[in-house]
Amino acid sequence: MAIAIRRVTKRFGDFVAVDNVSLAIASGSLTALLGPSGSGKSTLLRIVAGLEHPDEGDVSIHGEDATGLPPQERGVGFVFQHYAAFKHMSVRDNVAFALKIRKRPREEIRDRVGELLRLVQLEGLANRYPSQLSGGQRQRMALARALAAEPRVLLLDEPFGALDARVRKELRAWLRRLHEEVPVTTVLVTHDQEEAMDVADRVAVMNEGRVEQTGKPRDLYEHPANEFVMSFVGPAHRLGEAWIRPHDLEVRQEPNGTSTEAMVERVVHLGFEVRAELVLEDGRRVSAQVTRNEADELELREGQIVFVRPSRTHVFSAVATPPGHS
Amino acid sequence: MAARLGLRFAALGYLAGLLAFPVGLVFWRTFEDGLGPVWNAATNPEALHALWLTVLIALIAVPANTIFGVVCALVIVRDRFHGKTLLNALVDLPFALSPVIIGLALYLVYARTGWFGGWLVDHGITVIFALPGMILATIFVSLPFVVRETVPVLREIGTEQEEAAWTLGASPLTAFFRVTLPAIRWGVTYGIVLTTARAIGEFGAVSIVSGSIAGRTETLTLHVQQRFQGFDLTGAYTASVELALLALITLLLMTLLRKETPVGDSDSPGDEALR
Repeated sequence: MAIAIRRVTKRFGDFVAVDNVSLAIASGSLTALLGPSGSGKSTLLRIVAGLEHPDEGDVSIHGEDATGLPPQERGVGFVFQHYAAFKHMSVRDNVAFALKIRKRPREEIRDRVGELLRLVQLEGLANRYPSQLSGGQRQRMALARALAAEPRVLLLDEPFGALDARVRKELRAWLRRLHEEVPVTTVLVTHDQEEAMDVADRVAVMNEGRVEQTGKPRDLYEHPANEFVMSFVGPAHRLGEAWIRPHDLEVRQEPNGTSTEAMVERVVHLGFEVRAELVLEDGRRVSAQVTRNEADELELREGQIVFVRPSRTHVFSAVATPPGHS
Repeated sequence: MAARLGLRFAALGYLAGLLAFPVGLVFWRTFEDGLGPVWNAATNPEALHALWLTVLIALIAVPANTIFGVVCALVIVRDRFHGKTLLNALVDLPFALSPVIIGLALYLVYARTGWFGGWLVDHGITVIFALPGMILATIFVSLPFVVRETVPVLREIGTEQEEAAWTLGASPLTAFFRVTLPAIRWGVTYGIVLTTARAIGEFGAVSIVSGSIAGRTETLTLHVQQRFQGFDLTGAYTASVELALLALITLLLMTLLRKETPVGDSDSPGDEALR
């Protein structure tokens, strides 16, 4: 295990930010800590980096107990949401910082910085200052800076959170490729479930300071452990005792045994997919996701009466164990 | 348009009438009778000593207040403890108190008959009517500037850059000198300029603790007053011009330092305070 977190608790006054969390992160993996704001994911990441100290529990990095180590001695690279660029230094000096601190020979620094700038596609901008870069460029510079000292673990705290949607998507794909090229164990904190599913090979879902479930993105989506994971990882609706995903709702023009009558309130075209927002007989609202072809066949339009039947539901017992599937 | 022009003239007129005109008049009156009398007044031993004393006191008080000011700003911004409000209020005390009261307070503590002065005199240290007292008084009156200019800049940069430096292997001290200090340098510089101006111009507190002994404990400001009261107007004007020149040199040094900073760094937080 690259990182082992054991029974870690962190309180800020009366607020329990991280509540008895245990988590193991495999070497070479790209793990996402996914959760809403205030779920403790950033605090947990900062504890791994040594920027916060846990009240209880311990953290080990590559088998070595790191709980008492200062951030300088943990061999971690950390990337902040707002870049934390050294504004008074050029891009080159930012990236060279860790190497200069370690007093490496001048030629080695020059070569390594050149190599890193190529890796993050900033070769031409070495003499610029952070204020002359776009947000995406600044974050790539911050990544190169964090990679310079060859960290054993790379920690990314909402790295794309301050960027606009298009740049965010580009950087996600780029990060995925970078991880294949430089397979350093990476932990990414995000509140964006799509980002977590897209980038990470494992996801730990956090809520109110606890880890709700850990698994591959697909497992979390298809076999959520409880109602929180069901509703946070992907869209979900509650129908009575059961939970349902919008694409698991069959829409027909004719009634069919167990189906329920619904009125189409709104039709939203999302490119390949079409989302129909429906009002059921009893006034509850659900949405159904169908392909464009299906929508055309159904001739979906506002005010239309359709018949819906869930093809798959998830039922969770009150104790949140174990997940049931129909 | 007319309204804006009116405002502009009002602002300029106010500054010209209240500041530029009287200061300009000093320069004009100084050189009224040519350079000869000015040179004589400037090079007489008492005037030279006063100039040296003013520079010496500034050279000690300004670095002292710069170091204290940055440390104090770090404590105010980064630390959480009971009594922080009190510390914050104490820093502003020299702004609130008249310098004369500060001089009297120092006198009460350090004079031969004061609380502490007797013991010091027994150990061969004279504070009042001597250089140490004048330095203490100057440090006291010019203490808040660096703190007040540094606190907002420090607050604005936050702790992320410093934390980033730690994770990159920099010790807390290295991180401070290579990352935090450069990031707050314009706030600190502006504080230094204000501290210097205040230290050079200090009159009230120093006049009480120094005793104004010509050629021994007389700074330039005290020298101006002595000459003025002795009807030596040329002497008073000359010393005034020297004071003004010292202030100009400080401002000039700061402008030169600013020019040497990289272009791309123009959005560093401290700039706001200087524009």
